Amino acid sequence: MIRACFKLARPEFTLDVDTQLPARGVTALFGPSGSGKTTLLRCIAGLERASGSLHVDGAVWQDKTTFLPTHRRPLGYVFQEASLFPHLSVRANLEYGYKRIPPGERRVQPEQVIDWLGLGQLIERGDPAELSGGERQRVAIARALLASPRILMMDEPLSALDTASKQDIIPYLERLHRELSIPLLYVSHALDEVVRLADHLVLLQQGRVIASGPLGETLARLDLPTAHFDDAGVIVEAVVAQHDEVYHLTKLEFSGGSLWVGRVYQPPGSPVRARVLARDVSIATTAPQGSSISNILAARISEIRDEGADKALVRMAVGNEQMLLARITRRSSDLLDLFVGMHVFAQVKSVVLTT
Amino acid sequence: MESAFSAADLSAIWLTFKLATVVTFILLLIGTPMAWWLARTPSGWKGAIGALVALPIVLPPTVIGFYLLVMMGPDGPIGHLTQSLGMGLLPFTFTGLVIASVFYSLPFVVQPLQNAFEAIPERAMETAATLRAKPLDTFFSVVLPLAKPGFLTAAVLGFAHTVGEFGVVLMIGGNIPGQTRVVAVQIYDHVEAMEYGSAHWLSAGMVLFSFVVLLLLYTFNPTGRRK
Repeated sequence: MIRACFKLARPEFTLDVDTQLPARGVTALFGPSGSGKTTLLRCIAGLERASGSLHVDGAVWQDKTTFLPTHRRPLGYVFQEASLFPHLSVRANLEYGYKRIPPGERRVQPEQVIDWLGLGQLIERGDPAELSGGERQRVAIARALLASPRILMMDEPLSALDTASKQDIIPYLERLHRELSIPLLYVSHALDEVVRLADHLVLLQQGRVIASGPLGETLARLDLPTAHFDDAGVIVEAVVAQHDEVYHLTKLEFSGGSLWVGRVYQPPGSPVRARVLARDVSIATTAPQGSSISNILAARISEIRDEGADKALVRMAVGNEQMLLARITRRSSDLLDLFVGMHVFAQVKSVVLTT
Repeated sequence: MESAFSAADLSAIWLTFKLATVVTFILLLIGTPMAWWLARTPSGWKGAIGALVALPIVLPPTVIGFYLLVMMGPDGPIGHLTQSLGMGLLPFTFTGLVIASVFYSLPFVVQPLQNAFEAIPERAMETAATLRAKPLDTFFSVVLPLAKPGFLTAAVLGFAHTVGEFGVVLMIGGNIPGQTRVVAVQIYDHVEAMEYGSAHWLSAGMVLFSFVVLLLLYTFNPTGRRK
């Protein structure tokens, strides 16, 4: 458990945070620019000195009398730009932190991480200046991991990269997510990165934490700004159930039912994370007949909220746990006489697979 | 060679070399923390200290020499100190010359170092800290290698500038063979004595030395390689 309590006045905003973050899985610090998410991360790393306290797994990193300098905090940090040392070779960059860890405390070996992040060929090239942006960032991630951190932090590691490099690096991040036993704090302002990688979501706005909770639960909340994004929607944690080779489809099963999606190249039983956007869900009060939409789920309305003058957001439960959001017009909402507790049918027009 | 330089000339050359080496060494030692402070401090004193360090660039050497002479003299604060330490008085000694030269050449070492330090992004130091490097470790493993061109420039300029000083030496060191009679003073003596041939040899030697040093500096110093 990470318990952070910080106050720091800045010209643009005042960071005022008192929050607990899980010490496992991927926690996304998410918010618009200027919301304080990077500052919060820097405070946790000790790169910024705020007043307050910080406890990580019971250890005091900062309180009234203590301030552990960054070099004494067992963390790994990946900056927005790879920040490789230009005077060192790729390998010397990789081993910079590794060499500074007493051999008894090293939990990973260079060869392991090199293999993990596919750096074998890059190392041969020697000079970091010869690497592409995505390659440099992979080296930076490996370098951070080799310092055997107890907590890994990334500050918008993809935002300085072009789309191709992003696509190149995301699978490595997903792999870290699956295989890494240490917690990852991930700062981002891109919702699509967050939904792919995060387990826990912390929403920041003007220096304050306005919400913190499991990713799926938090994204399904209508009282948060995320619900009003154009790509607002929910996360469905599902398992590959079966493939339909004739129509090239795959059936995903989740706690509240199943969804047919385009063919997934993962064997049955594999966990997948899917996204259902609010704009792709419509509502029918009776079971639709003769519809081209194959994913129709029985649902129960749990909340309705107007969105602007013309739209309404409807939150529905599918089964006991899974939530769905639907963005419909206020007119439809009134015409259908939707109310909280009503049993309806959610028609899912499309499902975005994130893994 | 024997016909070109007299024994007194060679003694002056050797003394100049010794002085410049000692001064450069001291300047790198004290100039590095000063330059680091000037490059990194948020303090409001930065401007004042920076101006103080730069004074020798604009002041006539005689002014610096005059004040140092007064301070090191029997009634000056430095003079009091050296006397109470049993070192006697510094003017007209090699030590006095070293101290004066350190002041005189200070900006030529501090400014290149300060520029080099300022060019190193804060991010490089932060990165090192997140990789467990203690501050001193960071200085030697990141700052020093990145500032290497700055150190080279500082050392060469500090050395060359000390070799070329005259006014301060005359004020503080006088003209004692083997003690304070450096090449610049020796040339002056030759001219005073109408020994133009000897003055030519030493002067041409100085021109050649300075040119070669600067040529090497400008040719081989890898500035601007960083991305």
